[in-house]
Amino acid sequence: MAKKSIGPVRREFKPWESPDHEPFIEFRNVTKKFGEFVAVDNLSLKIYEREFFALLGGSGCGKTTLMRMLAGFETPTSGQIFLDGQDLAGIPPFRRPSNMMFQSYALFPHMSVEKNIAFGLKQDKLPASEIVARVAEMLRLTKLEQFGKRKPHQLSGGQRQRVALARSLAKRPKVLLLDEPLGALDRKLREETQFELMNLQEELEVTFLIVTHDQEEAMTVADRIAVMDKGTLVQVATPAEIYETPNSRFVADFIGDVNMIEAKVAEKSGMGTRLVSVADGFVIESEQETDAGVGDSVWYAIRPEKVRIVQGRGQDGVPNQINGLVWDIAYLGDVSIIHSKVGENDDDIIRATFANVSRMVEKPIMWEDEVVMSFDRDAGVILTG
Amino acid sequence: MKENIAAPKRRSLGAWALIAAPYLWLLILFLVPFLIVFKISLSQVAIAIPPYIPAFDLAEGWQAFRDNLSELSFENYIWLTEDDLYWKSYLSSVTIAGISTLLTLLIGYPIAYGMARSPRSIRPTLLMLVILPFWTSFLIRVYAWIGILKNEGLLNQLLLALGIISEPMVILNTNIAVYIGIVYSYLPFLVLPLYASLERLDGSLLEAAEDLGCPPWKAFWKITLPLSLPGMIAGCFLVFIPAVGEFVIPDLLGGSDTLMIGKTLWVEFFSNRDWPVSSAVAVILLMILVIPIVLFQNQQQKMSERDG
Amino acid sequence: MTRGPTWFNITSLVVGFSFLYLPIVLLVIYSFNESRLVTVWGGFSTKWYASLLQNEQLLDAAWVTLRVAFVSASIATVFGTMAALVLVRSGRFLGRSFFSGMIFAPLVMPEVILGLSLLLLFVAIDQTRGFWTVMLAHTTFAMCYVAVVVQSRLVGFDKSIEEAAEDLGCPPVKTFFLITLPIILPGVIAGWMLAFTLSLDDLVIASFTTGPGATTLPMKIYSQVRLGVTPEINAVCTILVALVTVGVIAASIVTKRQQVQRERDERAAFGNDMT
Repeated sequence: MAKKSIGPVRREFKPWESPDHEPFIEFRNVTKKFGEFVAVDNLSLKIYEREFFALLGGSGCGKTTLMRMLAGFETPTSGQIFLDGQDLAGIPPFRRPSNMMFQSYALFPHMSVEKNIAFGLKQDKLPASEIVARVAEMLRLTKLEQFGKRKPHQLSGGQRQRVALARSLAKRPKVLLLDEPLGALDRKLREETQFELMNLQEELEVTFLIVTHDQEEAMTVADRIAVMDKGTLVQVATPAEIYETPNSRFVADFIGDVNMIEAKVAEKSGMGTRLVSVADGFVIESEQETDAGVGDSVWYAIRPEKVRIVQGRGQDGVPNQINGLVWDIAYLGDVSIIHSKVGENDDDIIRATFANVSRMVEKPIMWEDEVVMSFDRDAGVILTG
Repeated sequence: MKENIAAPKRRSLGAWALIAAPYLWLLILFLVPFLIVFKISLSQVAIAIPPYIPAFDLAEGWQAFRDNLSELSFENYIWLTEDDLYWKSYLSSVTIAGISTLLTLLIGYPIAYGMARSPRSIRPTLLMLVILPFWTSFLIRVYAWIGILKNEGLLNQLLLALGIISEPMVILNTNIAVYIGIVYSYLPFLVLPLYASLERLDGSLLEAAEDLGCPPWKAFWKITLPLSLPGMIAGCFLVFIPAVGEFVIPDLLGGSDTLMIGKTLWVEFFSNRDWPVSSAVAVILLMILVIPIVLFQNQQQKMSERDG
Repeated sequence: MTRGPTWFNITSLVVGFSFLYLPIVLLVIYSFNESRLVTVWGGFSTKWYASLLQNEQLLDAAWVTLRVAFVSASIATVFGTMAALVLVRSGRFLGRSFFSGMIFAPLVMPEVILGLSLLLLFVAIDQTRGFWTVMLAHTTFAMCYVAVVVQSRLVGFDKSIEEAAEDLGCPPVKTFFLITLPIILPGVIAGWMLAFTLSLDDLVIASFTTGPGATTLPMKIYSQVRLGVTPEINAVCTILVALVTVGVIAASIVTKRQQVQRERDERAAFGNDMT
């Protein structure tokens, strides 16, 4: 398929912001228990038509269970699930208008690629000519034209993945459910496929719901991400919001790398908040207002790439400026992550990203160097939970 | 996680039918027959067809049932303890099965070990060679030994020709022939699970042991043997349990003084036509076998749990 | 284990396999013996095979046995496969462990007990014994073997393949026939073959449960063997051994071929991601 940027379309697409927009999929107070284990805990979630929505979380957080309830493979212990205004309770999987792409691909090993793709269409008793046409279209969309007659075991991992995708899209489902769809591919192929998925979704105008534990994958493909933990939603927002304004320590920690600084609220004003770090007593000024009262303990989360670092020593007491001693350097090629010790304890470490803009540096930052780190007033977020 | 918890779910009619069909079949043709055996073992022998007085007959109503209940007797069981033929049969069955199991282990272990250490490419062929006799008729395999073991048989001819013995040995119709028959017939049952556990054994464990200064023979003793123990135990159970109730081998290869309970039961049933006593023999045989069967099941369960 | 075999290993394999095969080989050789005396070699002859063809009783018994084996193996395969599905798929239900106990018990139960108990059942319900009773008896214990064989195939089965079929609109029963059965078919066929040979082979249970007019081949062989070894029986045995050997070897060659082809395909497909 042609590689065209879908930026302009995406920029305008924000149905969740308008209150009069009807949700396409709705989980209403859904709970699922396996024996004593609560997999999904009283969860409510709205997903809109044509949205590319990602459920993100570690293993056992309930994301797969949530998806399987939508597909009909699990029955909620309590609560309701709606799809396009229809309550799904009691509808078996084979009558639901959603299709799923399985983590293991679940290709039928005894059928050719064509037969695999045609399987769902045959269940709908479509006329043979239409089945042939639809299979051909799906083969073309997934660039599998010359592999139609092959059996699954004669395909590579990437090709199997595309067959699974073609098979689940052939019926033009109202929702496509993707369960860790790229987990079995190697990194390079995975990145390519992510863009293909996005283009395909744009082209077919189908709602996609993806389950993944890979935050980069979720951030690349999704319009919105729901971060899940222990069967509940921690934050539901766009990738940028999740990254820049995480609403909790869990989200900040889960997505990307972050410095988590324990601090006490020193002063609150209309202009922002003033914090003092517990470990080293340095002052942080943020333009963010907080619910926490003066004297309360909070966390200041700041991404390493938002911390500037230079050799030398700064004046004590200057807000948003910290003196440290280089403790460890992780050279990653494009950047180096510099770990600097800022307090008495071994874990009073602040990480800063240092972009390796030139190939040779006359006096590079070295171990045991004295450094000064600084950041802007809007660089981090204050977290209370 | 969720995969591990097989939650009871609402079942459709079809799903219930799927369970019910094999379940009912086994209830009617496996469980009920056992109850009948148990019932008849409490009845009295009669010269009639069938040759016993029914202990329960529901057609006669509740009163008759109650009368019958009071007439039930453990006479047959008492008879089993009084006539030493029976308890000697039980004892000798267990002894013969036990000795045969040990012999099978002694012969089977080197075979399984040799298979596990042979090149990967020929292992499937060796495996098939072990399984193949299992598909051939049991009766034929036992029968083949008669021609070999009898007085003028091939073994004696060979030994005489080689001058090792001067007159034919009597092997057929002795317990030795029974041992040979059991070892021969049940060898695949022992070799297969043993081979499975030996094959799975990671070769680098032995290399690690030797690297740490353990000579090969000691490494076998300290590493290979303990790790093959589950396969050994499973194999021994698979030989011992059916061997206790064996009929064909003692009947064809054993002598008139070879007492095995399967044979005793057969004679009691077909020659003496004493159905109640043979039922009682069967009940006791079953009770003897319950212990090793339960032990075996437990061991299997443990193994499958450990393998995940 | 990956290490090479030692002389001890090779010797034990040679001795072991000779022990396993020599008796059968001798039996086959002596079935071509001219002499009536089984242990004296009197020259090559196929006359015992010829005289087999004249032996009506033996042929009748063989025919009965084949029919019993075919019917019982087929029914046992259906019920055994159902039982395996129940064991692997049905989750918990009342009496589940009791059910699995009934599946596994016949595998280790002495045949004399199985035979006796089934006979007493048929007597109790006043069922005339013959072809059908032997068939029922064989089906009962053979289905347990089938269940175990099919179960081992089902355990390694990716359940999401079935879910995928349902997800694409295929109802459960149809899914079983379109998806599950074709995939577990090798196991089902192996189960059928095992059930067939077990029935072909059985002496003890058949002796208990049969009646007049339904003497099976093992019963016939047994009664003749008790009178002594005869070349004619050697010939029968040779034919049976040959049939089973050819069957098993053919089956394993077919499987092996498929496996090799499959591995070749997979190797060929491996490079596709690069291009």
